[in-house]
Amino acid sequence: MASIWEYANPRKFMATSAALLPWTAGVAALCLVTGLVWGFFFTPDDFRQGSTVKIIYVHVPSAIMAINAWLMMLVASLIWVIRRHHVSALAAKAAAPVGMVFTLIALATGALWGQPMWGTWWEWDPRLTSFLILFLFYLGYMALWEAIDNPDSAADLTAVLCLVGSVFAVISRYALLFWNQGLHQGATLSLDREQNIANVFWYPLVITLAGFGFLFIALVLYRTQTEIRARRLKALIAQERMA
Amino acid sequence: MIGLLKRDLALAIRAGGGFGLSLAFFLIFTTLVPFGVGPQTQVLAEIAPGILWLGALLACLLSLDRIFQLDWEDGTLDLIATSPVPLEGLAAMKALAHWITTGLPLVAAAPMLGLLLNLPGPAYPWLVAALALGTPALSAIGTFGAALTVGIKRGGLLLSLLVLPLYMPTLIFGALCVTRGADGLDALTPLILMGGITLGSLAILPFAAAAALRVNLR
Repeated sequence: MASIWEYANPRKFMATSAALLPWTAGVAALCLVTGLVWGFFFTPDDFRQGSTVKIIYVHVPSAIMAINAWLMMLVASLIWVIRRHHVSALAAKAAAPVGMVFTLIALATGALWGQPMWGTWWEWDPRLTSFLILFLFYLGYMALWEAIDNPDSAADLTAVLCLVGSVFAVISRYALLFWNQGLHQGATLSLDREQNIANVFWYPLVITLAGFGFLFIALVLYRTQTEIRARRLKALIAQERMA
Repeated sequence: MIGLLKRDLALAIRAGGGFGLSLAFFLIFTTLVPFGVGPQTQVLAEIAPGILWLGALLACLLSLDRIFQLDWEDGTLDLIATSPVPLEGLAAMKALAHWITTGLPLVAAAPMLGLLLNLPGPAYPWLVAALALGTPALSAIGTFGAALTVGIKRGGLLLSLLVLPLYMPTLIFGALCVTRGADGLDALTPLILMGGITLGSLAILPFAAAAALRVNLR
C-alpha cells in the first residue's frame, strides 16, 4: 500500500499534482460558475435584506476558506518541522498569499454588505476584528518568508511563527469576544442544525462552497509547483556556476 | 544563567544600552497625546488607560531589536550556544533582563504619567497591577520575535509586523482591566485572564525563541 509520504518526493508530487490540477481547476470553475450564476440570478430576494443577501455566495465561502488556509499552513508547517519534507514547507509558503486574498475578499464583501445593512462599512465587532488580525498574521508570515535568504532557515522560522501565531490567533479570538459585543450575526452554517437556511439559498451556497474549496486546492497545487520549479532552477544555476 | 542575567543588566545600565531610553520614549509619547486629541480633561480621562497601555507596548517594542542583535554581531551568541547553558535558559534570561530594564521602569512610571492624563483615581491600583502582570508577557513575546529576526539586516519593521499581532490579547485584557477599574466595574476578570496569557507566554515562548535561535545560528 502506498504511503502518503510518497508525495513528499518532489518528482512524485509534480506528477500527481500535474494530473490533478486540470480536474480541480475544472471542478472549481464549474462549481463557481454554476453556484454564482444560480445564486445571483435564480434565487429570490430576501424579504428584509433585498438582493444584498446574495453576497453570501462570495462572503461565506471565502471566509471559511480563509480560516482553513491557515489551518492547512499549520498542518504543513508541522509536517515540515517533524518530518523535514521540503514539499510540505513549500506548500505552506504557497498557501499563504491565497489565504490572504480570501481574507481580503471576506473583509471587502463584508464591508460592501455592511454599508447598506448595518449602515457602516466597518465596525469593531469581534468577528470583523479577528479577520483583520488574521490578515495581519498572513502579512507577517509572508514578510518573514521574503526577508530570509536561506530557504531552509526561512522554512524553519516561518513554521515556528505559524505554530506560535496559531496559538495567539485563537487567544485573540476569545479575547475579542470578551472585549466587545458583536454586531455580526451568528454562524450561518452549522453542522448541528437540521436545516441552516432555506433550501433555495442552501443549494447554490453548497456549490459555491465546494467551488471555493477546489479553487483553493488548485491554486495551492499550482503555486507549489511553481515554488518547486523555482527551487530546481536555483539548483541548476548553482550547478552551472560550479562547473 | 544568573551570570547571563547579571551580564545583560550590567551592559544595559553601564554601556549606554538604552536603560532609560524606553522610559523617555514612554514619557514623550504620553506628552504628545494631548497635542493630538486636545487638552480637555474629560476626553483625556476617558482614553488614558488605552494610551498608557499603548505607550508601554510601543516602548517595549522599540527596545526589542537590541535583545539579541549586539550579541549576534560580536559572536557572543555563538559562544553562549556552545556553552553548557541551554538556549531555552538564555532566551528566558534575556526576556527577564529585558523586563527588568524596560518593563519594570514602565510600571513604576505609569502612575505619574496617569496623573498627566487625568486618569480617574480608582484606576491607579489596576493600572499598576495590570502593567506589572502584563509587561512580562510583552517581554517574552518580544524575545521570541527578536529571536526570529536576529539574522535579518534591518529587521526592525518586520519585527514590529510580527510582534504586534501577538501583543493583541495582552493589550485587550490590560486596557480593559484599567478601563473597568476607572469605571468602578469588575476589573479582576480581565486581570486574571491576562495573568493566564503571561504565564502561558512565559512557559511556551522561551522554547520557541530557542528553536528560532538554533535555526539562526546554523
